[in-house]
Order: sequence, then C-alpha cells, then structure tokens
Amino acid sequence: MTFVGTKEDLKVVGTRPIRPDGVDKVTGRATFGADMTMPGMLWGKIKRSPYAHARILSIDPGKALALPGVKAVITRADFPDVPPELAYIGAAPANLRDQSRNCMAKSKALYEGHAVAAVAATSPAIAEEALDLITVEYEVLPHVLEVEEAMAEGAPILHDDVFTAGLDPKPTKPSNVAKRVQFAKGDIDQGFAEAEVVIERRYTTKPVHQAYIEPHACVVSVAADGQCTIWSSSQGQFMVRGYTSRIVGADLANIRAIPAEIGGGFGGKTIVYLEPLAYMLSKKSGRPVKMVMSREEVFRATGPTSGAVIEVRLGARKDGRLTAAEVVLKYQSGAFPGSPVNQGCTCALAMYDVPNALVTGYDVLSNRPKVAAYRAPGAPIASFGVESCLDELARELGLDPLAVRETNAARDGTKAVHGPTWVNIGYLATLEATKASEHLKAPLGPGQGRGIASGYWHNAGGESSAAVHVNEDGTVTVTGGHPDIGGSRASMAMMAAEALGVPYERVRPVVGDTTAIGFSASTGGSRVTFAGGMAVTRAAEKVIDELKRRAAITWDISPEAVEWRDGKAFPAGANAGSFEPLSMVQIAAKAARTGGPISAEVQINAQGQGPGFATHICDVEIDKETGRAKILRYTAIQDVGRAIHPSYVEGQMQGGVAQGIGWALNEEYIYDKEGRLENPGFLDYRVPVASDMPMIETVMVEVPNPRHPFGARGVGEVPIVPPMAAVANAICAATGVRLRDLPMSPPKVLAAIDAREPLRAAAD
Amino acid sequence: MPSLSFTAPTTVEEAVTLLASAAGSAKVLSGGTDLLVQLRSGRTRPELIIDAKRIPGLIGIREEADAFVIGAATPGAMLSACEPLIRAWPGVVEAVDLIGSTQIQGRASLAGNLCNASPAADSVPAIIAARTVCVIAGPQGRREAPAEAIPTGPGRTSLEKGEFIVEFRLPKPRPHEADAYLRFIPRTEMDIAVVGCGIAVMLDGTGVCRDARVILGAVAPTPILLPEAVEALVGHRLDEATLARLDAAAQRACRPITDKRGTIEFRTKVAGVLARRVAAIAFERAGER
Amino acid sequence: MSKHHVSTTINGESVEFLCEPQQTLLDVLRDELNLTGSKEGCASGDCGACSVIVDGRLCCSCLMLGAEAEGRRIQTIEGIADGDRLHPVQQKFLEHAALQCGFCTPGLIVAAKALLDENLNPSEEETRYWLAGNLCRCTGYDKVIRAVLDAAAVMRGEAAE
Repeated sequence: MTFVGTKEDLKVVGTRPIRPDGVDKVTGRATFGADMTMPGMLWGKIKRSPYAHARILSIDPGKALALPGVKAVITRADFPDVPPELAYIGAAPANLRDQSRNCMAKSKALYEGHAVAAVAATSPAIAEEALDLITVEYEVLPHVLEVEEAMAEGAPILHDDVFTAGLDPKPTKPSNVAKRVQFAKGDIDQGFAEAEVVIERRYTTKPVHQAYIEPHACVVSVAADGQCTIWSSSQGQFMVRGYTSRIVGADLANIRAIPAEIGGGFGGKTIVYLEPLAYMLSKKSGRPVKMVMSREEVFRATGPTSGAVIEVRLGARKDGRLTAAEVVLKYQSGAFPGSPVNQGCTCALAMYDVPNALVTGYDVLSNRPKVAAYRAPGAPIASFGVESCLDELARELGLDPLAVRETNAARDGTKAVHGPTWVNIGYLATLEATKASEHLKAPLGPGQGRGIASGYWHNAGGESSAAVHVNEDGTVTVTGGHPDIGGSRASMAMMAAEALGVPYERVRPVVGDTTAIGFSASTGGSRVTFAGGMAVTRAAEKVIDELKRRAAITWDISPEAVEWRDGKAFPAGANAGSFEPLSMVQIAAKAARTGGPISAEVQINAQGQGPGFATHICDVEIDKETGRAKILRYTAIQDVGRAIHPSYVEGQMQGGVAQGIGWALNEEYIYDKEGRLENPGFLDYRVPVASDMPMIETVMVEVPNPRHPFGARGVGEVPIVPPMAAVANAICAATGVRLRDLPMSPPKVLAAIDAREPLRAAAD
Repeated sequence: MPSLSFTAPTTVEEAVTLLASAAGSAKVLSGGTDLLVQLRSGRTRPELIIDAKRIPGLIGIREEADAFVIGAATPGAMLSACEPLIRAWPGVVEAVDLIGSTQIQGRASLAGNLCNASPAADSVPAIIAARTVCVIAGPQGRREAPAEAIPTGPGRTSLEKGEFIVEFRLPKPRPHEADAYLRFIPRTEMDIAVVGCGIAVMLDGTGVCRDARVILGAVAPTPILLPEAVEALVGHRLDEATLARLDAAAQRACRPITDKRGTIEFRTKVAGVLARRVAAIAFERAGER
Repeated sequence: MSKHHVSTTINGESVEFLCEPQQTLLDVLRDELNLTGSKEGCASGDCGACSVIVDGRLCCSCLMLGAEAEGRRIQTIEGIADGDRLHPVQQKFLEHAALQCGFCTPGLIVAAKALLDENLNPSEEETRYWLAGNLCRCTGYDKVIRAVLDAAAVMRGEAAE
C-alpha cells in the first residue's frame, strides 16, 4: 500500500462530490429499518417491566394467545441459556449472557422498561392489545439509581454473581462495583509534593441518550429449515448476525443480515435489542415478524451513556506546569456491567504530558437501562471534569487557559499515562490553530463569556472487508461491509476512484449484506474511513495489478513492464514497447478474452489508526435573571488527518458539537422515586433544536496519518469530547460562577448565580 | 380496548347531539395536537372522536365592530397571518405562535389549547388578559363564559356533557390598551412553558395605568389571575418601584410544583422576572397607541 | 371497529383508502399506501420526521387522523420533486451535504419547501425557528440552514442552481 503524502497528488480525495445515496435520501426513497415489509408479515411488540427492580414470579400469556390475530407469545423460556462469555461482536467486548438477558429478562427485571415478554400479531393494534393480556406477577425489590448510592455498603445488589474485578485479593461479597481499573505513571505523592498549587474538584454528569431520530426496527423471517433473513437498521450487519446467532442459538451461516439504511446510531446501534426477539417470534409463528420501537421504548430500554461522578485533583507549579494529576471516575453501567469507564480512564489525561498521575475508574451497576456506546464512549465525561478543572487551575493561577494547555500538551514522544508513546499527533497543531483563529480575537459584549476546551479520542481500526469489481463497461462497483451512517459510501467511492485513477462518478459503492462481503466490524470508533478505506484502497490496488496483467497479456509483454496512471495502462518505459494506453473501459471490454472478470476482495485487520485531538472555542451569553445560556458562537478545531470528503468531515465536527451542547445544557434522564423514567420523549428530553444553535465554524487541521493510504484519521467522535467543558468554561467567564454538574440547565445556572450574588454584595 | 369511532359532523347541532348522546367518553377533535398524543399513549381512551373542523365557522376569523370572532378550531398559523388581530392583540398572537413548532401551528387551535386544560398552555394567559369570551354550544343552546372560567384543573374543564366551544370573542382593545405574553422555556422552541405570563394594560394619556389584567401560567393548577399584581400597576407609571411591586406580587401569587420542567424556587423567581418583562412590553405598546 | 373509506389527493393523485379510526395519517401513508418516505421518529409531534403539507399547511402526519384526510390535498416527500427534477431544496441538501444519516431529511425538506412556498427570502433566524420542529441529531443544523438559504437564493434567481 502506498501512502499519498502530498495533497497536490490527489485528484478526488479532498473534493466535495455529491454522495451516491443522496438522491434516494432527499426524495424519501431510501429504505430504513421500519420501511421494509414482507408478505404475510406479523407485527411484534414487547411487554416491559413497570418496575425498576423486581423478581419475575410468573408470566401467563394465556389470555393474549386467545385474542384473535395473536400468533405467538415469547418469554425467557423460549431462549437458550447463554453461558457467560466475553465476546468481541459489537463496539466493545460484551458478556453474551448479559446481552441475552438484556434482550429478555430472566429471573429479574433490572430496570423499568426491561423486556419480559413479546407478542406477534396480525396488526400493530392487536399486538398492542395483546400486551395488556399477558399477566406478569412480580415481587418488587428495592432499587438503586445513583452511582455512589449503588457503591455504598448495604445498597440493593443487582447481581449476586458479580464481584468487583481488578481487586486483589478477589472479594468474597457480591458488589454493584463490577470492576475497578487503574492507570498510573510516575510517583503521584512526589508529584503533589512538588506542586505549588493544588486544586481538587468534583464534577457530575447525567446519563444522556444518543437520541438518533430513527427508533430501532427490524424484520426477521425464519424458515422451517432454520434459514433466516434479518433486515434491520444497525451499525453493523455482522454485529446483528453475531449477537442474534449466539442469543437464539443459530449457526452464523443460517443467518443473512441485510443492512437497511440507518437513521443515526452514534454508538447506540452497536448492540441488538429486537432482532433475537423477532427471530423467536418468527420461528414460533412461522411468519416474518416486524418490530419497531416507539420513541418511549427507545428512551426507556436502549442507550444511554453513563451518568458519572468525576473527581479531579491537579497539582501545578505557578507557571502552570502540571506536576501531578489524580482522577477518579465512577461510571454507571446500568443493569449489566460494561460502562465505558476504561476509555474514560485512558482519555482523561491523554492530551497532557503529566509526569505523575493516577487514574482510577469504577464500573458501577444500577437499576437503569444497560448503557450503550455513545460517540467517543467515556471520553466526554472524563474530559468534562479534567478540562473544567484545568480551567479552574488556570484561573487560580491567573494564567491563560490556552497557554496552560500549551505548556502541558502531549507532543510526539510523550508517553501517555495509559501507556502509548505518541507519534504523529496533532494536539499542538489544534492549539496553534486556536490561537491563530479569528474567533479567539473577536470582542465580547457584556454578559458574554468565552471558554475553550480540548478533547482526545483514540479512534479504532480493526477488521474490514472490501471488494472492487470492474464491470463489463469499465465502471466500478465497490462493496463494503459497513453501514453508511453519515456519507461513507461517498468516501469509499472517492478513495477507490483516487486509487484507480478514474472519475468518482464511474464508481458505485454499495453496502453488502453478510453473504455479499467478508466479515466487517461495525461502523463505530470512527473507523470506517480509516479501516474500510484501507480495505477499499488495497482492493483497488489488487485490481490495478490485475488490470496491468490484462494489459500485459493484450500487449504480450511482462506485467512488470506495465504502468497504471490516470486510469489507464501504459507501457512502463521505452523498453516496454510502444503501445497506445489502454483505458479501464478497453480492458474491461476484453476481460473475457484475457482471463475473465476483473475484481478483488480484501480482508484486513487495520492497525495504525491515528488518534484524534480537538480544541473548541465557545461563546455564551447568560440571562442572569433566568439562568438561560445562549450559545453565540462556536468554533471546532480538529486534527482530521486528511479530510477525504471535507463536507462530511465538517458535518461530523458540527454534529458532535451540537450533541455536546445538548449534553452540556439540557439533556438528562430524569427518574422518579420509584425508578421510573419521567422524560421518555423529545418533549422533555431536550436535544438542541435548530433555533438553539449558531452556525458551527470548523477548522480542519491536517496532520496526515502515515498509516492510512490517504492520511485519514477517524473524525467522528472527538468533536463530542470538548463541548461540555467549553460551555462550562464559557459560562464561568460570563458570570464568574463555576457549574460542575451537568446539565447546566437554567435552574442550576440561576441557583449558582443567586448563591454567589450575596457574597459579591457583601464584598462590595 | 374499547372500539373507537370517528365522525365529522357538519352542523353545531349535530355535534352537540353526538356529544350529548355518546354512551362513553367523547372527544372533540380540533387540531388534534394534544388529543392524538394522548390517544397514542393511552392516556385518553374515548369511544367517539368528533372532528369539529367541518362545521362552518369553526375555522376562520371575522372582524366585527367591537370584537374579533375566532372559530374555535382555527389553526394558529391563521391567527399569525391575521394582520388586524396582530395589531389589536399582539400578545395573543405571540402566545399562540409559541405553541409548538411550525407543524403544530398548522393545526393547533385556541379551543384545543384551552380545553386540554394544561396549566402551562401558552395561549390561555394571553386570551384571558385580552378579556376573551368563549361561545359554548350545548344541549341547552348557546351560552357565553369568560376564558378563565373554562379550565378548572389539570385536564379538567367546566364544560358540561354535550357542550363544546364554537368560537371566541376578543373585544377590540380600548384606547391606550395593549397586551403582551412571554414564557420561559429551557430551549428556544419546542418546550412546554416552565412559566408563562400574559398582561394587558390600559393607560391614560400620560402613561399611568388605569386598568390591567395579569395572568400567570404553569405556576398553579390552572392559569391564575393576579389581583395583587393589578393593584401594583393600576394608578402607576412603569417605574422601578412599580416593577418591583409587580415582581413581588407575581412571586407571592405562585403556587407551583417541582417537576421535570422546573422547581418551585425557579418557577417562582422566573414568574417575577417574566411579569416585569411582559409589563414593560405591554406598557410600551399601550403608550404607542 | 368499522373502517373509514377516505377519498383524498396525495401528491396530485386521487387516492382512496380504508383506515381504522385510530390510525394516523402517517400510519396510513406508511402502512396502507406504502409511502414510506415520511418517517416516524416520535409519534408525538416533537421531531417533524413525518412532516407533510395538508391544504398548503405544514403539519405532522403523526398528529392527524387518516380519517381527517377526506377531501384534503396532501403533499409528501414523494411529491416534492417534479418527476426526475429535484426541487431546489433537495438539490441544495445534496450540494451542501446537509444530511448524514438521512432519516430526518424527508421531514426537513418538506418543512423547508413549505417555508419557501411562503417566504422566498427568509433570514437565518426565521429559517431556524421555522425548522425548530424538525430534529436532526447528525448535522448540528449548520449545513441544513445553509442549504435552505441557498435554495431560497436559487428560487429568487440570485444563485446558481
């Protein structure tokens, strides 16, 4: 694989063509998960626990089965027992038994909304009616919601077989703390002893949902011989196939998972909820079954990411140089272990060269839905704490927060707290671009404030497959294995076109189902353009080798004497002979006579994804009488490696910022005393609307990643890391009050301002 | 699930007969922007839905000598496009315009907003401030009631079985009279009011308030009229002292709850803030007339 | 539960359908008429993914009963383009990369089209408020707003198609 180092050599990469699936998506023709129908199809619906924690004593489907139109009812008893086993199927290693029991509760319902039974009927209305006719007897158990309450002695225990991992000696009592992780560097006590100033702060975040607009949906058809087709919206057709196979006990070869268009995921569609249930309903009824979640079900039973407590202690010299940092992260995992606390720990201090550090993370169970990946899982939470605290440190020292970041910034050669030594990183480049930005110099009005914050995400590589087919007319079909969640078809086609030297318009990309292309890990971890693009480029290179061979056959010269340039075969030099160049069209037309169809499929396990760094600038204005924050201006500066399709890179940056602003200001899960979610809808789960947002300026810093053929880094996740601290820092600049608890909703901001005002009045 | 029927009568009498003779619960459908959400969630399970929109007069605005007459099911978007109404009662039109999105504005009606009887309904404090009278049809014929008499608690109204509102009469403002409405929400759009405030004031030629109506929403089981706040305004110009008295009166009148949308403390404080801001707009408008 | 027979006009064509009283217009479009371009994101009028234009007014098809469609003129995303000629809003969405996942896109395009039917020269702020009922979780709205403003300029004859 060759690395194209200079921009001038690129013809397609870096341009902004129209995405190949665009017209279907602006005309309503694109087929998403819920848009599929099959002849004879039934509608499936789920009966869910009304209790946060309850033992299931009995389930009686009798009356539901008697309702005309009801064709099947399933409960846990219909599923095989899956032994505990850590499997690498989705975004993160997951315990298959937990996944199975999250799809359908076994002996206990562990959160309000936990599935306990499901029904298939001839219409949605009948299925809905049937749910009320399934009788479930519960013994309600005490529940626990908040992370530190769940960690406390005497808390209701969710699982009596979970013992805190990572402790020595191994505990003998079950605990809601599923895991403790720790990363250390240097001598933390020595580091704090060297500090001239130490500040210690505590921050909290609430669980927030990915809030993709498309609810989960699938159609599953299981034939009498066990062969099954799944049509569903997900971040990975192979993930759907893998989980479903294990949860229902079917062979992978018997499941064909077809990726529908996906209406947003942000990590939340890297696990399954519906497919195994629809499988069992289809198997039992002998008919295809469609299941579509309501918005309320999406909020109650899928996603969100962890709420957390973040404790940060920073020691520094008066010039702002950090001598020590200690971070403690307590993350909610929901009803089963598996919060992103590990990533939180690795990302917490990754941006800084801290000589002495200790990061400790706790993965904590509580009676909430099992958390799912959400855009840079774990990193935004940790960074909210660290980047806020760094701002507090800078204020305490009377230093410019940007300068403090520069002083401590990780550079090439810095050894990160969690282990790696950085190479080819662009953090400093983002700080320099921030300093140079017009935004940073723009004046502010009264009541306005400006904050900056940075973020890091490691990005992912991993397994990807791609096939490049040269069609009979010389056009090209590229088949990939990753659902296109934000324009990746365009970038795949662009990279293939660039490598082959043909126009973008002659390349048609498709997302293959599990029988059409080799295994590919999910669309997640900002990995598709990196790993998928690498697979596509390698396949294109193999195709070029083949095209050269075909030209060589035509010219009757050695393949080594053929050169591929601008989409044509040329004799490599005077010695090779004198021939008119052969275009792709000409070679394709003669393919049958030179050896048959021309195509190549490549499978890789991509390594060398470059880490992503970003620095954001946020201006806010606070209504000091109501506490409402208005985002006036926002600039995201990010090292994007190289932007393959700059518009979609900007789009990722802008989207991440908007989600981060929602997380910062208004989004939160609100529970009542009984552990029931009070805001399972878009009315009271307040994602940003168009009128809440300013334009989001983007600055793409390009520090190419030499491990990718065109220098790409993952770009999709890091933009959600800085916004919460950027907003908090801006609010502090505007008002003088420090908000340490998310969301920074008007009541909290107003209370903080009011609490400070008497002090100020006394000081005056 | 009881079976549901839908019907779209074309006369008021037909609708009254249907409503009065319905065996189970019957719901009048205007814009449907609350009713359909409640149907879907199962919060309401009527046996009959009566679409009022095909009854002549239920949609439309007509200007009479002394009043604007607004058909009960008239969508918000029509009010926002009615220039004479905007000139007369800008606060009413602004309040209606705050109900939900553009899409909601295409359907949502004054009657629906009032009869859904949410304490936080945006248009209700504004139409009360504008001294709106509801014309109600029922088995006993027609009657009139002031808008403030309709909601009696969250989700409850004073309408009797068989009754429904057919139109609203908004009297023309008196000389030097004007209104305003503001609400507080966490976002810029798409939220339910955490506090709403509608105020109408009538000034004399020198800027002194001669009459006023002050109404708060979302701080009590129904929108509430604030006589104490009226006292704070009447006989005064809008100076700092008046504003301070108004703020205090508004805060004292609040009987809010703490819920997912706001706390008692926050709602109370913001009620005072909004009262001041709304009064300032209303005084300015009245002064210009 | 007797079904209603409804005669209506959808995207300029006369359409007849049977629906149950509780079925929304969105249910009818998607499940009875196979017009799946209108999406269900919330079924409560909070996301705008099901936006349609009824008798010239923008509304959420999830907040209207199918039975109410009798005699109305309904425009859905499937009827925004003129045959194979995209509406300027659609074309500008493509050029500005104003979509990522594309799920909210039909609703946004219908809503933006309704805006430009009414006002060919909206300000950025007017556009943002008009579209506040259309949630997009992918784009942060930046490119969406730019696309709509650019489409307006095209329709005014001030910018290139």
